[in-house]
Parts: sequence; structure tokens; C-alpha cells
Amino acid sequence: METILVLLHTEADGSLGRNAWEACQAARAAAEASSGGGRLVAGVVGAGARAAAERLGGLGAQRLLAVEGEAYAVSRYATDAAAAEALARAAQATLVLAPGTSRWSRALPGVAQRLNAKVDTHVTALSCDGGALTISRWYYRQRIDVTLARQARPWVLLLDGGAFPAWAPTDGQAQVESVAPSPPAVRTRVEGIESPAADRQTIRPDAPLLFVAGAGWTKKQRDGQPHVEEAASLILDFVTRAQCSLGSSKSLVDLSGEGQAVLPFLTHLHQVGQTGSTPRHPKGLATCCHGEEPHVVGWRFIADRRAVNLDANCGWARGKADVLYVADAFAVMRHLNALLDG
Amino acid sequence: MSVSYQIVVCAGLAPDPLQTLEPVPGPALKNELALPAVLDPWAAHALYEAAHLAKSRPGSKVYLVALAPKAKLQQVMMTVAQKLPFELIALDGPMSGFADAAEVAAALSAAVSGIAGLDRERWLLFGGWESATRGAGATMQMLAERLGIIDQFLAVDELRVEEDGSLRVWERVEGGGHQVSLCEGPPAMLAWATGRLPEPVNNPQIGMANMRGVMPALQRARPAPPLGGGIEYRKVALPAQQRQTRVVKDAAPEEIARELAAWIRE
Repeated sequence: METILVLLHTEADGSLGRNAWEACQAARAAAEASSGGGRLVAGVVGAGARAAAERLGGLGAQRLLAVEGEAYAVSRYATDAAAAEALARAAQATLVLAPGTSRWSRALPGVAQRLNAKVDTHVTALSCDGGALTISRWYYRQRIDVTLARQARPWVLLLDGGAFPAWAPTDGQAQVESVAPSPPAVRTRVEGIESPAADRQTIRPDAPLLFVAGAGWTKKQRDGQPHVEEAASLILDFVTRAQCSLGSSKSLVDLSGEGQAVLPFLTHLHQVGQTGSTPRHPKGLATCCHGEEPHVVGWRFIADRRAVNLDANCGWARGKADVLYVADAFAVMRHLNALLDG
Repeated sequence: MSVSYQIVVCAGLAPDPLQTLEPVPGPALKNELALPAVLDPWAAHALYEAAHLAKSRPGSKVYLVALAPKAKLQQVMMTVAQKLPFELIALDGPMSGFADAAEVAAALSAAVSGIAGLDRERWLLFGGWESATRGAGATMQMLAERLGIIDQFLAVDELRVEEDGSLRVWERVEGGGHQVSLCEGPPAMLAWATGRLPEPVNNPQIGMANMRGVMPALQRARPAPPLGGGIEYRKVALPAQQRQTRVVKDAAPEEIARELAAWIRE
């Protein structure tokens, strides 16, 4: 019988993030699907971990474990790995499910090494095939879809955000046990998070719409001149009005890195595609990009896709977008911004 | 305080991103050895960052530990070797993404441990935060654990060496932000994202000097152990999703904007 540890960490304010609730739901489903029924244990690390664990009373976990204390309040490999290792050992977990946050993505592969476990990341689905737990994930940057199983235990799984429904907490009895890890040697001090100011933040993972700007925005327009300043204004204006998340093609970001006067607000963090991110949003609007394979890779998890560009025969037209508008993106966006204002 | 470093960069190869990939039983990629290969993109960023750091710290040295088929490695090194001075430690093994991260980490660990004269007071372990093949983002942490390095950083975009030799590190976190941490100093593992530095320009003189060491290193390359890791692949397939694209031509921008506005508000 599997002993499934759902391993969570709190956010800076002591709450559990959406990815944590998704991991809870995935763990419940894995426990139900396990042959003979899985034994569920929940472990929480971070500031306010006990209080957060108390919210998991209705999860159906046989044990609720928590690691808290000043050292574990921040995201740092040495302390996170010590905490996760202690929880996995306390739970005697055969299967560890955790949200694929930056914090756990950094720590848990090393923990798997300590536990002599196997690890798989970016898990997008769990299922049961012939009595064996199988996982789905993508290889080659979202270009090959794989389902796999392992006999080896323990098995650590990091779940992609947005791939599982979130569990809605229900009431239940919660008796939380504190776990004290062996204190690690700490040589790293976390100084804080640097984020763009709220009014300049253009990467919004929870936004319903992803807007992607391609290199076409910086090319010569009908009058033979590039209109980079206007492009920047139209794009930022739209992102603000629609409260969407901004992405970019690699070529456009690379131009910025080469010091050319192009869309200075774009960084590699905006890059979507083969060597960028693969975000999950319900809708996506691509403008002035061609939708060739490395780029479409970044759209793998965009449900409803529309594109605006001048080439009716571009890659988007070949079954990659739901709607392709063959039009001048400058003109369309001017009108669209005006409509969103109203 | 001027510190020189021994920077060990781990890198694999990946198919050129513009190539069409098709899985075949094994699993493997169809014609994998015939596909043009590149140094794995994020590992390449790690290598460029290492080169920059080594250049700014006299006495530093860059080691490139690469696990890939020897013949492919030789091809890729013809380009990479022109960009920065390094010593190659080659492992002859598959470049397949279907290898197991833990097994790859074990093979790399043996290779890194075999580097003579590594000094933990000067040792930085670099690599990419994910590969473009397996994309697990797990190998570097497992490798560092094996090597006893507990100061680990993932998705690094910037490293700054402070006056006292401490390392200030910027790691990508959710929502487009960076976590800033200060590490007392080596040994540390940094798995790089894109970084902030451009690709070094090719320098034929560096290339000539490097190739004198690269060819013998390739000849010495030991075969890597099997890297399957006990994975049972149940399905390996290209995504089947094909959309019925509605192509809208000859519509006025106002009309398109109205349709998009309604769609956004749905």
C-alpha cells in the first residue's frame, strides 16, 4: 500500500497557495486510485505551518505534520531540504507529491537523492494503469507527450501548477504533529524578493489571458519605418487595460539583450517557447509572431488561441490557433485598447 | 579580496530546436544521431556565465563536464571551443531525454569527482536549470547532493561576487520576480536560467588552444553506465492536437477589435 505524503509549503503570509490546494486534490486522487487504497499524510513547511496544516483537517490524511520556525520561513535549499527530508522520513512515504513551485523545485530533487528515491517533475496528470500509478509529463520542451511508471519507491513527484483541480478545504479534525529536522549548516541568508512595482508588473501567472508580442512589432511598417515607441505604448496599454500576462517570442527578447532600441520592458522572463516558459492560461492572443514549432511549444497549455499577423500562411494557420486574423496588429490594437477603455 | 575559482560546468547536448522530433520505440528519437545538435541552451548560458566570471577573476579555471555521444560532442565542440577557454571532461553516453535524472547525476558525479585538484574553497558547480531534452530540472540538485554541496540555487539569472568573497545570487521565482540570497562563498551549485550575458563571440585563437585539449579528452572519454533508471515508458507520442483554424481575412481592424474585445470579456 502506498503511503502518500502531500508536501506543501506556506507562502510568506502563512497561507497555502493555489498550487498547494491542487497538490492536495492530486494526492486525494492518487490515494483513491492506489491499489489497496493509499494512506495519506500531509506535511507543511514554512511560516505558520501548524496553522496551515490545521486547515487540512478535511483532507482525509491520517497524519498532519508541520515544520516551522524562523529558519524554515524562507525559501532556501539547506533548510527546505532538511525539512522535506524529515517529513518524508517521519511519514515513511513511498510517494511524495508536491507542487512544482520554485521552492520545492529547488529542494526536492536533492531530497530524493538523500532518500535514495526517484524523482519526476512537471507532472501534468496521474492515473492508474493495471494497478500501477502512472504519470504524464512532457519531454523535449513540451514536444513529446509521455506516460510512465516506476516500480522504485520512494518516488517524488513535482506537479505542474494549473494541471490539477484545486481541493476546496472542508472541515475536519486536525491534530498537527510538529517535526523537528536535524538543523542544517546555514551559509546562505535570504535577503528578499525583487519584483517589479505593481503598476509595472507584466507577468501575471493567474491572469485569464496571455498576450504574446512577436518580433514583427519592431519591423518596418507600411511607411518603411519601424514604430517601436508606438508598439511599446500599444502593448503596455493593452496589458494594463486587459490585466493580462505579457509574453514574448525569443527573437524579440534577444533583440532587447543586444542593446537595440526595442521594447525595453521585455526581458528573458517574458520569453515564451522553446527556451522560455510554457505558461498556463485559459486564453492566449499572439501578435506579430509566426507560430513556428519552437514558439508554439510555449503555447502548449493555452486553451483558446487567437493570433493577429499579416501572413495568412504562417504557422498559426496550420492548425495551431483557433482563430487567425490577417491584419495589421498596430491598427487592431489601437481599436482594441479604445474598446477596452469603454 | 580577490578570489579565483574552479568552475565546473555540466552540460549535455540537445537537438537543434528547429528540428522536427519524432519518437520511436526505445524510447528514442528517430534518427537521433543524425539530428544537428547544440549545447543544451541553459547549460550554454551557464558556460558563458562561467567564462565571464573566470575572466574577471585571474587564476580561475573552467571545466566543462559533458555527457553525450562522443561523435556529436566533437561536432558541437568545434563551435563551443571558440568561445571561451575550458578543459573538457567528456563522458561518452546518450544525449537522450529519456535517460533518468538520478542516473545522469550519478554518472556526472563520478566524472566531477575525478577532476584532480578541486578545492572546495574555490569550487563552483554550474549547469542549466533544466535541459531542453528531459526538462526535469532535477539533475544539478542531485549531483550537488552527491558532491556534498548544500548551498544550491535554481534558475539563476545573476551572480555577483562581493568584496568579501560572498556570493549574491538572483534566482527566478514566481510572477516574474527574483529571490536575492547571499551565500558565504564556495562551494555552491548554481543552476542557471538565461542569465544576463550575451553569447561570447567566436575567437579562433581560443578555439585552436581549446581543441588541443578537446581531442585528447574525447579520446579518453569513458562510456557512461546505463542511464535507464527503471522507468517504464507506457506512452511516448507527439501531441495529436490539431485545431481547425478559422482564418479571418479582409476584415476591418475595427471589426477584429470588436470581436477580440468580446472574446476577452467572455
